[in-house]
Amino acid sequence: MNAQQTLVMNGRELSFENGQTLLEVARRHHIDIPTLCHLKGTMPTGSCRICVVEVEGAQTLLAACATRAVAGMKVQTESAEVVKARRMILQLMLSSGNHNCAIRGSNDQEWTDFQLKVHGEDGSAELCPVWGDCRLQDLAYRYQVSGQHFAATPARYPIEDVNPFIVRDFSRCIQCGRCVQACNEVQVNNAIQFGYRGVETKIIAAGDRPLKDSDCVFCGECVQACPVGALVEKDGRYSVRPWETQKVRTTCSYCGVGCQIYLHVKDNQVVKVTGADLPPNNGSLCVKGRFGYHFIGSPERLTDPLIKENGTFRKASWDEALNLVAKRFKEIRDTHGGDRMGVLTSARMTNEDNYVAQKFTRAVLKTNNIDHCARL
Amino acid sequence: MTNTIADIETADVILITGSNTTENHPVLSAFVKRAAKFRGAKLIVVDPRRIKLTEFATHWLRPNLGTDVAWINGMLHVILKEKMQNAEFIKNRTEGFDALQKVVEKYTPEFVEGITGIPAESLVAAAKLFAGARTGSILYCMGITQHISGTDNVKSLANLAMLTGHLGKAGTGVNPLRGQNNVQGACDMGGLPNVYTAYQPVADLAIAKKMEDAWGVTGLSTKIGLKATEMIPKAHSGELKALYIIGENPLVSDADLGHVQKSLKHLDFLVVQDIFLTETAQMADVVLPSACFAEKEGTFSNTERRVQRVRRAVSPPGQSKDDWWITAEIATHMGYPMKYESSQAIFEEIAKVTPSYGGITYARIEGVGLHWPCPTQEHPGTPILHGQQFTRGKGLFHAIEWIPPAEQVDDEYPLFLTTGRLLYQYHTGTMTMKSADLNERAPESFAELSSTDARKYGLRDGDQITVASRRGAIKVKVKILPKAVDGTLFIPFHFAQGAANVLTNAALDPISGIPEFKVCAVKINKAA
Ligand code: SF4
Ligand code: SF4
Ligand code: SF4
Repeated sequence: MNAQQTLVMNGRELSFENGQTLLEVARRHHIDIPTLCHLKGTMPTGSCRICVVEVEGAQTLLAACATRAVAGMKVQTESAEVVKARRMILQLMLSSGNHNCAIRGSNDQEWTDFQLKVHGEDGSAELCPVWGDCRLQDLAYRYQVSGQHFAATPARYPIEDVNPFIVRDFSRCIQCGRCVQACNEVQVNNAIQFGYRGVETKIIAAGDRPLKDSDCVFCGECVQACPVGALVEKDGRYSVRPWETQKVRTTCSYCGVGCQIYLHVKDNQVVKVTGADLPPNNGSLCVKGRFGYHFIGSPERLTDPLIKENGTFRKASWDEALNLVAKRFKEIRDTHGGDRMGVLTSARMTNEDNYVAQKFTRAVLKTNNIDHCARL
Repeated sequence: MTNTIADIETADVILITGSNTTENHPVLSAFVKRAAKFRGAKLIVVDPRRIKLTEFATHWLRPNLGTDVAWINGMLHVILKEKMQNAEFIKNRTEGFDALQKVVEKYTPEFVEGITGIPAESLVAAAKLFAGARTGSILYCMGITQHISGTDNVKSLANLAMLTGHLGKAGTGVNPLRGQNNVQGACDMGGLPNVYTAYQPVADLAIAKKMEDAWGVTGLSTKIGLKATEMIPKAHSGELKALYIIGENPLVSDADLGHVQKSLKHLDFLVVQDIFLTETAQMADVVLPSACFAEKEGTFSNTERRVQRVRRAVSPPGQSKDDWWITAEIATHMGYPMKYESSQAIFEEIAKVTPSYGGITYARIEGVGLHWPCPTQEHPGTPILHGQQFTRGKGLFHAIEWIPPAEQVDDEYPLFLTTGRLLYQYHTGTMTMKSADLNERAPESFAELSSTDARKYGLRDGDQITVASRRGAIKVKVKILPKAVDGTLFIPFHFAQGAANVLTNAALDPISGIPEFKVCAVKINKAA
């Protein structure tokens, strides 16, 4: 065991372990240092600098995510200097793109012009698609910052929406790099990188091609990692607002990994899926788990029992269907014996469903003719 | 899996075979890729196709189709010859070593090269790397099991793990990746012809008695039942009169589809319970509409034996009901009352009759799932199996000889066909094909061909071809891909149009009853 060492943060003496960053120390002791670019499980880049703190004796403010704790350090996480720096960063970010949430100041004419510009570029007459679910907006609110101190510039790169899953809005990108880390360090799909330089910087797939023509496999890890409205699921964009939905945690129904997911429900419809930050998947999903939910609400779902008569199906009530099935099963069992009957259960149903199916086969049909197509 | 998913990331060497992990278990593949890229783990991929993971591999061995026992025996041979086996593990934990040693004697790297096409020196290097590792993990999937020698292949991999002692601790193990979400659970729950829940044999009188008491019935059969792949031919011959198919679509997923369809027609009575009117449901006498996972309370058991909650998010459409409710109602209508308050009540009964689930409750898995075996309420679950001993006590080495696949190429059918899955589709597409988005990425069946073969047959990307086997023929588009192997076609099996399983061979592994989906012989012609 490492001997516990201590430092002082906001006047409190806090213990830490060797190798911990100031951000980790703060989080462990419930001190909230804001972050934007920091992504769990990846190497800190310190690129957004929103997590800067004041360390006694240091020449400049230091990024808490990339600074190791040292015994005896004296740290301020919300000093006047720190707040000033954060406000400046936020202002620059807000003015750098189409951040048309309510946070942008409300000088009437300027506000109107700006909204119109964004509407023109984004093809929607609403506030930002992630309004109410945006880290930048949260922080702008927390530090009471708006983007109006800098003139709005036209978007440098047009929106990319030529793939079926993800809309990339480069104007709303704050270049935090979380998507790049999510793609390269978490999913290791190596599809996107920082491209170009300076004000031209853009997150690009190889050759600056659209995602659909790149190595991207549409796992959506980048979307989930993006703190702002730069990467948004295509289907719910503008139509699904976080306050209209409820989240239900469950288990993905595709492969055997059993990822933990949240189903986002609006009006009894699943409208979005996100990964839960829990084992086994720790937030990650694949394209099927994240984007393959449409079958749930499909109009082709069966809604009634069907009975075939003269080669065509007609709808029936449960009573009628159950009576018919029970009668025929009974006849066949009693005439030919249960061993002349079989049940195929399903590797896609729950344990409870499977248990009842095999109990029925054994206890009622009196046969062990039960199997599932798991091996196929 | 003997080990957990997270555990893979801690292995020093990972051997992956017969699993196109990035497409079929994408999130799990991230653990492998991270281990290789950031932790310096060495990856050995044994797969005929140039799958994505080969880019992360330090060793890529490319065996001929259906030669798995041969290369594994070859590795065992090399390890023994180099004296790199884990003698202590073999002595304390295993039996049958002598017989194994004898069998693998003749599998010299050169002999194996003749069968598998894997260069002798590559095999030696990979074997030494795996045996010499501090921890080595083996991952496999249906590329191993879907052969007539599938069971032998699996046992051979177990031989490799036991010989090297890579079992029972973190970063090791023999880890089958389950294709469908609840394959593990369906097996655990006794959805198998030979066992009740937790693999309690139906032929065991004491067990039958226990279940009779638990269920309040008499006369439970102790005769082992029919496997799915045996039911179909019995339906064809008229021996099987009725079939109750719940949530399966054998009309796309089974081998030799033409035969399956005819067989189902021969039944006196077919009931299909599903969420869609699938190809199979269309043949039914009665179709019963069920709720899907998003409309259910319950549990799934994932590939690492973790029992996890399924929760209801939306209400089921129309009259559709929980599968267990429907089955229980049929039972009740047949005079055996089966009434459950809720899925939780069923789970409580499961825990009572299922030793490995005995300590699991909904309350305990509310936050994070538990790994079975978890026999008591106090038991923390078992992330890693075989830590101290195997289920049967000592691990048994199986001395196994390689046998060739059931079908070989010849003058008439000169190409091999192998089948599998795609990232953007799932199984028979019942679910994924309802997403226009996924369909846009993977709209239709195709045949993957190497550029060499394409040249040989004068084919270009996008050409329509007819692929024929001894059982049937389909029309598909050609895709020339670097993944492909010379002399071998790959066709995904998801699609009802251009269904790969019209072609596949229903030759079965004698023990598992799994058809040889991964190898058959075909010929191709440019479609008129
Ligand atoms: S969707 Fe996945 S693969 Fe594609 S860019 Fe995002 S993280 Fe990378
Ligand atoms: S797209 Fe989002 S996650 Fe990526 S750099 Fe821009 S703001 Fe950050
Ligand atoms: S999200 Fe993908 S990897 Fe995870 S369980 Fe679902 S299908 Fe499997």
